[in-house]
Amino acid sequence: MTEATYNFAYLDEQTKRMIRRAILKAIAIPGYQVPFASREMPMPYGWGTGGVQVTASILGPDDTLKVIDQGSDDTTNAISIRKFFAKTAGVATTTSTPDASVIQTRHRIPETPLHEGQVLVYQVPIPEPLRYLEPRETETRRMHALAEYGLMHVKLYEDIAKFGHIATAYAYPVKVAGRYVMDPSPTPKFDNPKMDNCPALQLFGAGREKRIYAIPPYTQVVSLDFEDHPFTRYRQDGCCALCGADDSYLDEIVTDNAGTRMFVCSDTDYCEGRRAEGHTGSETTPMESAHA
Amino acid sequence: MLDRVSSAALDTFVASDQPLLIADGLSKRYGRIDACRGVSFELFPGEVLAIVGESGSGKSTLLQMLSGQMTPSAGRVSYRMRDGVLRDLAELGEAERRLLLRTDWGFVHQDPAQGLRMAVSAGANVGERLMAIGWNHYGKIRSVASDWLERVEIDTGRIDDAPRTYSGGMRQRLQIARNLVTDPRLVFMDEPTGGLDVSVQARLLDLVRSLVAELGLAAIVVTHDLAVARLLSHRILVMKSGRVIETGLTDQVLDDPREPYTQLLVSSILPA
Repeated sequence: MTEATYNFAYLDEQTKRMIRRAILKAIAIPGYQVPFASREMPMPYGWGTGGVQVTASILGPDDTLKVIDQGSDDTTNAISIRKFFAKTAGVATTTSTPDASVIQTRHRIPETPLHEGQVLVYQVPIPEPLRYLEPRETETRRMHALAEYGLMHVKLYEDIAKFGHIATAYAYPVKVAGRYVMDPSPTPKFDNPKMDNCPALQLFGAGREKRIYAIPPYTQVVSLDFEDHPFTRYRQDGCCALCGADDSYLDEIVTDNAGTRMFVCSDTDYCEGRRAEGHTGSETTPMESAHA
Repeated sequence: MLDRVSSAALDTFVASDQPLLIADGLSKRYGRIDACRGVSFELFPGEVLAIVGESGSGKSTLLQMLSGQMTPSAGRVSYRMRDGVLRDLAELGEAERRLLLRTDWGFVHQDPAQGLRMAVSAGANVGERLMAIGWNHYGKIRSVASDWLERVEIDTGRIDDAPRTYSGGMRQRLQIARNLVTDPRLVFMDEPTGGLDVSVQARLLDLVRSLVAELGLAAIVVTHDLAVARLLSHRILVMKSGRVIETGLTDQVLDDPREPYTQLLVSSILPA
């Protein structure tokens, strides 16, 4: 009974219109943070209220939704948001990256390349890349308006001065379409090159900070760096213990109290797909993977 | 005296027949209070002008207006850009004004915490202006920063320390380095020696004086300390209640003041 009282995808139609307008503006000005009237959602800030509102506004009855949390389809955040939309919108859900039309993500971009027509929705905690260097919002907005981005390099300079290399490993600043510097949400910098010239539309929603920004399909996204300290991707040096992948982003998992650890793909769908194809890692046998 | 001035500075003096900055009838009202009334003067390249007066005489308001950070109620400020064209500051766009403020100008605050990023290293503080104008090579930025630390007598071994670990005198010298790294032609200084003890003041003044001479900088120094004015400036402007009451060559005004108020100021210096 209670399900019937929800509007499609939870939000009321006027709110969705308002958010869609913000999204359209964000797409028109790639990388620019568009303020919007973020609503209270039935979940705490920090759990993806921004991403959920963006997803709710773009979802249609024919869409297939995938939700990932740190690459995984089966963690609390991913499961609860997937259930939320299954219940309030009745849309089909999937864990398969190629089959999904909308993918909401917390901090990863799937390993399987995205294709045209897909939308990737990021949950963003702090949309302002200059925040920790310049606390005043009035000032950071002015700096964006005038494209004064010297400060961003100050941060990278500090990294090199302290650690000998650019130690920023996530939320690595990018320049979108040669204009706005943007925080790609706390994705590992391993994922940064995937944003460049991506066929899918990328939308970013920050609920607490009330900002939406976007990267339209096939847009240039460049990670900031120095000539003598170029941008480098980072991944753990190893192979996935389950599927043997040597090109995917790995999670380090401690397996007992003695400090034993193994590396597995952070993207669970990618890992399962590979095992279904018969790939094996150090912890699996071909028999096991045939079942998976 | 002449041999201490570098040839670059000499060139600026020779080519200085046109003023660098012109203040024309500058006034500022805060409600019923006249903070600044009809201030006019010209500043030439390589010239150091001191603005002296007691607290509340309108010095800081004037400096804010001159450096484009405050809009005057009346009057205007014109500045000769690097291409030789005289421009009214009020007509510059915000982007142009901010670019001017961080390339062709410097601003040394009384409180270094206002002019520095206290949480980032000294090297990044000096390098920030370079990165802001597009420098993109870590090694080059760092070597320029370390050159400048040397020039302002800061141990280059402390290049990676944040200024919050520096002493007051070092912070002030770091602030100067940060401002001069883009070869500005004009530097504004607001009580640069305020809050420093006497021996540190002396060292800082010595440094500023030699840098100004070496680089052929023009400077506008706001101070209530006549000794600072005497050491640094060529010309002096005495302010009282928002008006300029006396102006002239520094030694002339300080040794033979005409106005009763200036006489009072000069006579209130403690004998050495």
